[in-house]
Formats: sequence, C-alpha cells, structure tokens
Amino acid sequence: MNTLVLPTPDQAAGAGRAAVRQSATTEAPWVRRLLIGLALAFLTLFLFVPLVAVFFEAFKKGWDVYLAAIVEPDARSAIALTLLAAAISVPMNLVFGISAAWAIAKFDFRGKNLLLTLIDLPFSVSPVIAGLIYVLVFGLQGWFGGWLQEHDLKVIFAVPGIVLATVFVTFPFVARELIPLMQAQGVEQEEAARVLGASGWQMFWRVTLPNVKWALLYGVILCNARAMGEFGAVSVVSGHIRGQTNTMPLHIEILYNEYQFAAAFAVASLLALLALVTLGLKYVVEQRVKGQKRAVGDRSE
Amino acid sequence: MLLSRGLLKRHSVLPGFDLALGFALLYISLIVLIPLSAAFLKTFTMTWSAFWDAVSSPRVVASYRLTFGASFAAAALNAVFGLIVAWVLVRYEFPFKRLIDALVDLPFALPTAVAGIALTAIYAENGWIGQWLPFKVSFTPVGVFVALVFIGVPFVVRTVQPVLEDVNRELEEAAATLGASRWQTFAKVILPIVLPALLTGFALAFARALGEYGSVIFIAGNMPMISEITPLLIITKLEQYDYAGATAIAVVMLVISFVLLLIINSLQTWARKRQGGV
Repeated sequence: MNTLVLPTPDQAAGAGRAAVRQSATTEAPWVRRLLIGLALAFLTLFLFVPLVAVFFEAFKKGWDVYLAAIVEPDARSAIALTLLAAAISVPMNLVFGISAAWAIAKFDFRGKNLLLTLIDLPFSVSPVIAGLIYVLVFGLQGWFGGWLQEHDLKVIFAVPGIVLATVFVTFPFVARELIPLMQAQGVEQEEAARVLGASGWQMFWRVTLPNVKWALLYGVILCNARAMGEFGAVSVVSGHIRGQTNTMPLHIEILYNEYQFAAAFAVASLLALLALVTLGLKYVVEQRVKGQKRAVGDRSE
Repeated sequence: MLLSRGLLKRHSVLPGFDLALGFALLYISLIVLIPLSAAFLKTFTMTWSAFWDAVSSPRVVASYRLTFGASFAAAALNAVFGLIVAWVLVRYEFPFKRLIDALVDLPFALPTAVAGIALTAIYAENGWIGQWLPFKVSFTPVGVFVALVFIGVPFVVRTVQPVLEDVNRELEEAAATLGASRWQTFAKVILPIVLPALLTGFALAFARALGEYGSVIFIAGNMPMISEITPLLIITKLEQYDYAGATAIAVVMLVISFVLLLIINSLQTWARKRQGGV
C-alpha cells in the first residue's frame, strides 16, 4: 500500500511540502464523504426526523385544533404547574450548587471526593426510583404518611411531591457546571479581595459571582430544561389528577393514551420549542464558558 | 465552626466554608440520602425469601433481560456512530456543521415523553420511517432499542469530541512518516488515545438507558414477558400497592447503578491520566 498519500493536483499546485504533510494526516475524499454521510444518516434517523415529526403532527389538523389543545383549561393548568415546579426547583438547586461549589472548589477538606460522587448520584438513579423513594418517605404507608394525614397535609399525589421529585432529578446540574470552573480559577482573586478588606459577601458578589456567571447560567438552563420536561419521577408521585397534579409531560401522556394525537403533539411542540430555545442559549453560553476556560488556562500557564 | 475544625486540611483566609458545606450537606441529606436510604430500609423489612421471590419472578427476569439487552445494544450502536459523529464534527467541514453540532444535545433538552410519542409515530407501521422497514419497530422490543439509542446519542459524542480535539497532530504525522497507512494510524495511534473516553461514553449511555422510562413506554407496547422494561414494572407494582415488591426491584437497579457509577468514575480517572500522559 502506498503510505504517503500522493498530493492531489490542486494541493500539488499549492505549496509543495506543506501540502504533502497535510495530506498524510487526512483521509481520502471518498472516506471523508462516507463518514460524513454515515454521521448525518444516523443523526437524521434518530434525532432530526423525530424533532420534525413533533411539529408536523402538531399542525396536521390545522392551526385551530393546535390552539384549542393549548388553551383548554387542563392544558393551561398543566403548563402552570410545570412552570411552578421549575420556578421552585431551579432556585433551590442553584443555591445548593453555589454552596457545594464554593466548599469543594475553594477549600481542601477530608471527604471531598465522596461528596463529589454523592452530587452525581441522582444522575445514575432511574427517574422512576426517584419518584418511588419519595412515596416511601411521604406516601400513606411511608415514614411520615400517618403524621401528614393527621395534619391534613399532602405531599404525594400533590404539588409538593412533584416539586420534590423535580428537585431530585435536577439536583446536580448547577453544581456540576460550577465546580470544574471554580477549581480551575483557584483562590487568588478571592484572597486578594479579602486582603484588600472586602467582606465575605462583597467578595462573593463582586469577585466570585462575576467570574462564574456564564457557567452558572449554563447550569441553570440545563436544570430548567430537565425540570420542565421530567416525566418518570413526576409520573410516580403525581397521581395524574387532571387540572391539579398534571404537568405538561403527563398531560401529553393522557392525551396520547386517549388517542387525541394532534392535541398531544400540540402540547409536545411547546416542550420541543423549549428544547430548541434551550439548545440555542446553551450554544451561546457554551462559547462564553469556553472562552473563559481558555482565559483561565492561559493565566495558569 | 465544627466542620472547619474537623475537616479542613489547611487553614484558609476565605470565609464561608462552614455555611457552604453545612448547607450542601443538609440539602443533599434531605433530598437525596435520606429518601434513598428509605428504599434500602424498606427491603430490610422483607424476609430474604420474599425479597428473592420479588426480584426473580419470571416476569421480572424477562424485564431485566430486555432492559439490559436493549441498553447494551443501544449503547454499543451509539459507541460506533458516536465516534463517527465526533470524528466528523472535529475533523471535517461541511454545511450546517455548527447547527448539527448544537442539535446533538437534543436528547438532553427534549423531554422524554415528547421523544417517546414522536419516535412511536415515525417508527409505527405507517410512519415516516416504519413504512420502509421490513419488520415492526413500534410496540416491539426493537422499539425499546430505538428509544434507548435516541436518549444515548449525546453521551459518546460529547465525551469523545474534546479528546479528539486535543489529539496531537504531530503524532499522526510521525506515524505517517514512519510508513503507517491512514487506517493504521487511526487504529494504533488515535484509537488508543480516545479509547478511555469512548468507554466512558458507552458506560454513561448504558447507565442512562437502564433507568430510562419516559421515551420507552410509548414505543414499547409494554407486553409482559416481551416488551416490558424494569422501570415500568416498578410502576406497575406501585399501582397495585405492592410497595415491597416495587422497592425490592428498585434496590436491585440501584445497586447496579452504583456499581456502574464506580466503573464510570474509574474510567474517567483513567481517561484523565491517559490524556495527561499524551
């Protein structure tokens, strides 16, 4: 086999040596085209077609059916509950993410690796199990079931359970984005702020937070997308009471099981739109975070 | 003050360690650790034989076989095509590359229920893709596989991509000068560098697939013994108020997840070392 690939005519016409070296580390054009074709075919079959199908099916029966499916009372209450669950769980996990990242990234303490593993734990637990464990704690037969019933409080099959399940499945997002960046940034800037007389909160608001704002936003975006879209965990604790404990994904399931496909896809298209907005924001923020990480890397070199 | 005195390895001038770590530990205990321990404690109330019956009845075993088989096959397909996608995104230029790159994360952003009904529609017998296939996909175990491929797509691509970006081109040039063909360079130089990341991506996709529920239940058909996944079985038992049975199966899945988490952690450590060494 010819190992040093011969330069193609247009490469040979260019600068001689450089062109030869270049072609030794690239593939033949047909290999390139084949690989690009395979990659695009795979992504089309499994990602792009389903995405297009959501919008196609949603509008198949026309704009009127679409609109009706979104403004009917059960759909509106599902949308409201989804927004509420996200509005509670995202800030909770944001505060947790910041505190965990502060302790882990800026201090050296015993048990740090264990804590890091624990933070990742919810990602490796099935959403169904995430719902189940809250049923075991707060359900009628659970640890606090009797007490809750005596005081006429409901967690499972009610909004608090939905919020708790959502908090669990979105738990690691913010912390995971912040920890590596804050570790890379080190402690010098904060120490300088302290030496110059800044109080703890001044240092936090003026030094730490501006340094991590893009990574923070990135974590919040991912956290929010998952919070609004969670299905399995919420499904276990919700009880599926129409107009009361149905979130958007659960509402989609009910419509779909009742063969109201156009309506199901109409509500689904709202979530698909949210997914696209999430990806757009994610892309913008990712560029900023990358830039920031590069800046940190340059400084430490 | 107790936390900092007991745990800190070195004194620090920075404030807030006690508050931050204290809050983080309290929160993680309330949200994650105490509820998770409820699952394990619940199974301790069962006798060993009741536990064993719950986790080894034929219907449950059939669900393990489907869940593990389909997850493994989906993760394997994702490993192959994820590597190709990552390679193409890093090395080649083609139209709409940035858009396609951004869309790879779609399964992270698209709610699983939405993915589930969309996949069911297009892979149904009269669906956009289903009508061209000689075999049934929706409402069969193959449907489970398709849904698990969908949710696993980003894992391999996103773990392999940064490693490929960092591959030192001089190594490839050296291999070429020493007479290696392009394929030999790939197999003997590039693949060993990306292997840890590839395995990590595979393991992440596999772990995610094992617990997946939302995208699968619409397309699976959910026939007992044939196309019923383990997470669905947990929900079925819960709906029959068989809390102990549901929890027993959940504990089996949890233990497997924890083992996988450990494997993934050590794979990542290996990947970091390998990358640092190159």
